Amino acid sequence: MNETPSDLKFLDSHEWVKVDDNTVIVGISDHAQNELGEVVFVELPAIGDEFVSGDEAAVVESVKAASEVYTPLSGEVIEVNEALEESPELVNTSPYEDGWFFKLRVSDENLGSVDSLMTAEEYSSMLDGNS
Amino acid sequence: MNRTFLYESHLGLGSKFVNFSGWEMPIHYGSQINEHNSVRNSAGIFDVSHMNIFDFYGVGAKEFMRHVLANDVNKIDDGSALYSVITNNEGGIIDDLIVYKFNNEKFRVVSNCSTFDDVNNFFESNIIKFDCEFHHKPSLGILAIQGPESEIALKNILKLELSNYKSFSFTERNKLFVSRTGYTGEDGFEVIGEPEELQNIWDLCISRSIPPIGLGARDTLRVEAGMNLNGTDMTIKNNPFESNLGWVVDFSDIERDFIAKEKLLEIKNTNKIKLVGVLLNEKGILRSGQKIIKDDFEGEVTSGTFSPYMKKSIGLARIPMDISENANVLIRNKLLNVKILSLPFIRKGKIMI
Repeated sequence: MNETPSDLKFLDSHEWVKVDDNTVIVGISDHAQNELGEVVFVELPAIGDEFVSGDEAAVVESVKAASEVYTPLSGEVIEVNEALEESPELVNTSPYEDGWFFKLRVSDENLGSVDSLMTAEEYSSMLDGNS
Repeated sequence: MNRTFLYESHLGLGSKFVNFSGWEMPIHYGSQINEHNSVRNSAGIFDVSHMNIFDFYGVGAKEFMRHVLANDVNKIDDGSALYSVITNNEGGIIDDLIVYKFNNEKFRVVSNCSTFDDVNNFFESNIIKFDCEFHHKPSLGILAIQGPESEIALKNILKLELSNYKSFSFTERNKLFVSRTGYTGEDGFEVIGEPEELQNIWDLCISRSIPPIGLGARDTLRVEAGMNLNGTDMTIKNNPFESNLGWVVDFSDIERDFIAKEKLLEIKNTNKIKLVGVLLNEKGILRSGQKIIKDDFEGEVTSGTFSPYMKKSIGLARIPMDISENANVLIRNKLLNVKILSLPFIRKGKIMI
């Protein structure tokens, strides 16, 4: 199991975000990758794509199924994790580090909604409640 | 939820479970991809005890089989097996199955888990006119040992010479029924018996490092092998000819009267639909339900997955005969190129395309 990093915020749809000034990194949680099984393909957004929070921004496919990845905040895609094209299994082996999906540039105004996301602790207790 | 007698063993091996038609079955034991490749490269063992076994006895058993199965048991010897489908009166597929002929008065059928009621009703309603009785055997379990090293592995465990048994033959020894059959496209065996006997075989396999294989890999193996999954690649709405199973309908004995014979003959002569292999030439994963498009013609992916052995996305698709060579598949509003292929993709570790 990968330890849930305490500096991340989570959505109930199992994405995580890491905020660094106006740059927000998005990925999926250890729980999510474990439920999906071995990831064999990731479809990433294009640099420059503009999303409104809740938009489907990426797709992650395991051997058995496809799942959407939703963007937790509104913003513009400034970088995508190209390593996932060749090595989609990074989503399984390193969900919180090497397996990140994309980076958004988020305006100060939109950054405020980060506060409504779950803390690592809240996310963990949500998962415990499910099991 | 139903569990097989091996449930505790699966749990101990770290299985993740899935609800498969009311059965709590192993989906994988950690890595579906590794399990898949173990079967292609060496060997693996599956618990498929959720499948249904029916035994048929009586002087009319052979005539019954010749009437209810689309394939003709007349062409196999005692100790041999045959793949077939059973259909309704319209030629719609109720299930696919393997029939094992002990002799003219004794047969065994192994059919899918999810279709129990339909198959049971089908046999029950058709058997009345025949001097034959049938019994469902839920107390028996089934193990599948599959892969190029399955013969040597099973030979050592059962202390039974297996090299004389060719594909689709079977034998009975020491309360065990052993057939050279499977659902992976590799050499392999299926063993039917009482739980105590099978538990022993399972434990011996595990102790000899033959890995357990879940239903996840079972599915990707059968897609690579170009084998249909009933309920997915075919349903009661499909006939054998549009399901790559025309070869299973045997009209050769003109005297034989079997269910939907006239209808199936008519379908054979008018059918314009085929079930084929599709290979995605671009990045992405084929999934069931995706549309296949070429010119004015349209079809559909029935099974789609990532092939762990070929490391590409492959699938089965039902399309009009007018489509050949290549076409487009619609994935999330994008048209991607697919190659149309005859099945299988892989047979005995060899990529056939």
